[in-house]
Amino acid sequence: MVIEFGHFALVLAFILTLVQSVVPIWGALTGDTRLMATASPVAQAQFILVLVSFIVLTGAYLNSDFSVVNVWENSHSAKPLLYKFTGVWGNHEGSMLLWVLILVFFSALVGLFGGNLPADLRATTLSVQSWVTAGFVLFILATSNPFNRIPNPPIEGNDLNPILQDIGLAIHPPLLYVGYVGFSIVFSFAVAALILGRTDAAWARWVRPWTLLAWCFLTLGIAMGSYWAYYELGWGGWWFWDPVENASFMPWLAGTALLHSAIVMEKREALKVWTVLLAISTFSLSLLGAFLVRSGVLTSVHAFATDPARGVFILVLLCIFIGGSLALYAWRAPMLKQGGLFAPISREGGLVLNNLFLTAATAAVLVGTLYPLVLDALTGEKISVGEPFFNLTFGPLMVPLLMAVPFGPVLSWKRGDLLAATQRLYVALGLALLVVLFTFWLWGMERVLAPLGIGLAVWVMAGAVSEIVTRVKFFEIGLKRGFSRLAGLPGSAWGTAVAHFGVGVTVLGIVTATAFEYERIETMRAGDTVTVSDYQVTFDGAAPRRGPNYTEDVGHFTIRKGGVTVAELDPSKRFYTARQMPTTEAGIYTTGFSQVYLSLGESRGDGAMDVRVYFKPLITLIWIGCVIMAIGAVLSMADRRLRVGAPKPAAKRRRTSAVPAE
Amino acid sequence: MIRSLLSALTILLAALLVPAHAIAPDEILEDPALEQRARALSTELRCMVCQNQSIDDSDAPLAKDLRVLVRERLVAGDSDSEVIDYLVSRYGEFVLLKPRFAWHTLFLWAAGPLALIAGIIAIVFLVRRRGKGYAEKVVAPSGLSSEEQKKLQELLDRD
Repeated sequence: MVIEFGHFALVLAFILTLVQSVVPIWGALTGDTRLMATASPVAQAQFILVLVSFIVLTGAYLNSDFSVVNVWENSHSAKPLLYKFTGVWGNHEGSMLLWVLILVFFSALVGLFGGNLPADLRATTLSVQSWVTAGFVLFILATSNPFNRIPNPPIEGNDLNPILQDIGLAIHPPLLYVGYVGFSIVFSFAVAALILGRTDAAWARWVRPWTLLAWCFLTLGIAMGSYWAYYELGWGGWWFWDPVENASFMPWLAGTALLHSAIVMEKREALKVWTVLLAISTFSLSLLGAFLVRSGVLTSVHAFATDPARGVFILVLLCIFIGGSLALYAWRAPMLKQGGLFAPISREGGLVLNNLFLTAATAAVLVGTLYPLVLDALTGEKISVGEPFFNLTFGPLMVPLLMAVPFGPVLSWKRGDLLAATQRLYVALGLALLVVLFTFWLWGMERVLAPLGIGLAVWVMAGAVSEIVTRVKFFEIGLKRGFSRLAGLPGSAWGTAVAHFGVGVTVLGIVTATAFEYERIETMRAGDTVTVSDYQVTFDGAAPRRGPNYTEDVGHFTIRKGGVTVAELDPSKRFYTARQMPTTEAGIYTTGFSQVYLSLGESRGDGAMDVRVYFKPLITLIWIGCVIMAIGAVLSMADRRLRVGAPKPAAKRRRTSAVPAE
Repeated sequence: MIRSLLSALTILLAALLVPAHAIAPDEILEDPALEQRARALSTELRCMVCQNQSIDDSDAPLAKDLRVLVRERLVAGDSDSEVIDYLVSRYGEFVLLKPRFAWHTLFLWAAGPLALIAGIIAIVFLVRRRGKGYAEKVVAPSGLSSEEQKKLQELLDRD
């Protein structure tokens, strides 16, 4: 009965999305304030209804109600409580419900906090958001209903896919979805601006915080997924250029471009038209990601063709939203007024350069991801596009971008001086060169790219630090006043510096972990020792063990450095009984920012085991850098000017006051 | 991610009788130079029953067979490109994680650089057009001639 109640709540929510799709925008276009005023309460009611249905589904999982098909397919009574809970979104139907929950959550937020927006903009935005929501709720109700029942309920469930029974996977999808779906608000804003035919100051100021919020979560979600793959999949890789990873990476790239172009739009009223296009593209790429992951088209084009219900539905949604918004853009964008001019060498110019490279990189990843599908569909020819391709095409686009990163924030608006900017960066440049020379001296010419890569990372990091130092003018005004200025810097300045520093940290981790990794693959017996870098890894023996819903072989290892024991690790091979599926659990010892990584292979009889032992120098920096980037986004969101109302833009004031003075 | 792993694992499971693991010690060649070449080649070859995994990473039995095959060819004296040609002739281009540069992959390889060049051209074009049109379109309503506007701009830029 409760299950049907959840189902009913979702149907009600669908009806409300239809109401909201029409009424507020009708009010906005006819100037009827009563109709516009319905937007906010209806958005909140939608949120409550979807929340109710989500809670009902969660309850079914926690109670192991196997009369629900979705629970039966993806849960097991012996599954630990945490994974009963996270199993709700560990499957197609549940994850779509989570997606919709976040969509309506953002609608409700705009309803609650949109008080300082012009009423017609808010109403139109919420209507557009409802179009998206309606599409996805209909998708759930029509093709992916998590509330379907089984007539004769089985006594036990099929269990959740064992590799998803992990704390990393518990957190990963919600983070990623908040990121994906967060861009929907920016999309709705952009479409609303196109429909109303204007982008005013309030519009410009609203885009950036929402973009930052979504970007922050997407960054954390991608980093989490990467770390999860690293420790759970058992071969120590952290990024595979898998189409599903690309599906989350493309909105990230476009979103990064968007949050940079939004700065220009907010401060200088330039790049408006371009920012609107980026806002549309970013969410379109999120939708494309949803299509790629949810339709099954990746596994095989032909599997997609034989069971097309879900895939075709999302494809139609995709075409309506992307095609519709782009057509609207082509029609209405020329009406938007363009703002301030700037010289090529200027802060704006730097941000345009950033957008150029990020957009080109997005295009390269997009084509690389879709090309094999399209080629197969058109000609039947099968090719693979994998890691070596992306390293070759994506890498060269990132290098000039990273080289340019430190210049952007030290250039002045409108018209910058490249020479003066370079002078501010002398220390950073010198430091980077020193590091390059030092690494060459340490490692010789055997790896040419690695020292250059490390130098690039140091350049980005030191550039971020020197940006703060030059803004505060430490050396000109003395330490004491310097520190008080430091505290007075706006949040967005800190955000920029911290996020750019994080980029450098991630690059450093990527370069060192890739270039200076040690690997040993050995068959080990109890008592054998293998040395990687400075660490001696001794195999003490293996023993079987029972978990709640699996059995495992656990290897015991002692790690010593210079004869002193520093850690004991128990990597294991698990076997999940319900799904008859093996998984590996790596043993990881973190020392500083580096890790010793152990993974078990095949058993060879008489206690011998295949073991892969890695030393991965500075590898944790990859994810730490992402966390630092996310912190930068939070600092930027905390900026005071995003909380106070929109003042008249400086340029306009100056122009109006300057004209009478002439 | 979830979906890909699910499907990768279902495929894996179907092909998997005894759980094996990527690169076993008994596959490693004694000659370190040859082994290094084998590893480099392995990262560019796809395990065809897996989703987007190289044979270097995959623990499917097919990947193991391919790793052994690559090493056999190398020991027999094949060059790297001969090994790749051999595998392509047996399994088709699907086996290559880095597609060949040819007519049917032209757009794939060119997409990134093309996007960059198109972007540069678009920026240059827009900057030029706006540089010309600015004086008439945007400033004219305020009633200033382009010369007055220039003067004003100089005054504004001074501070």
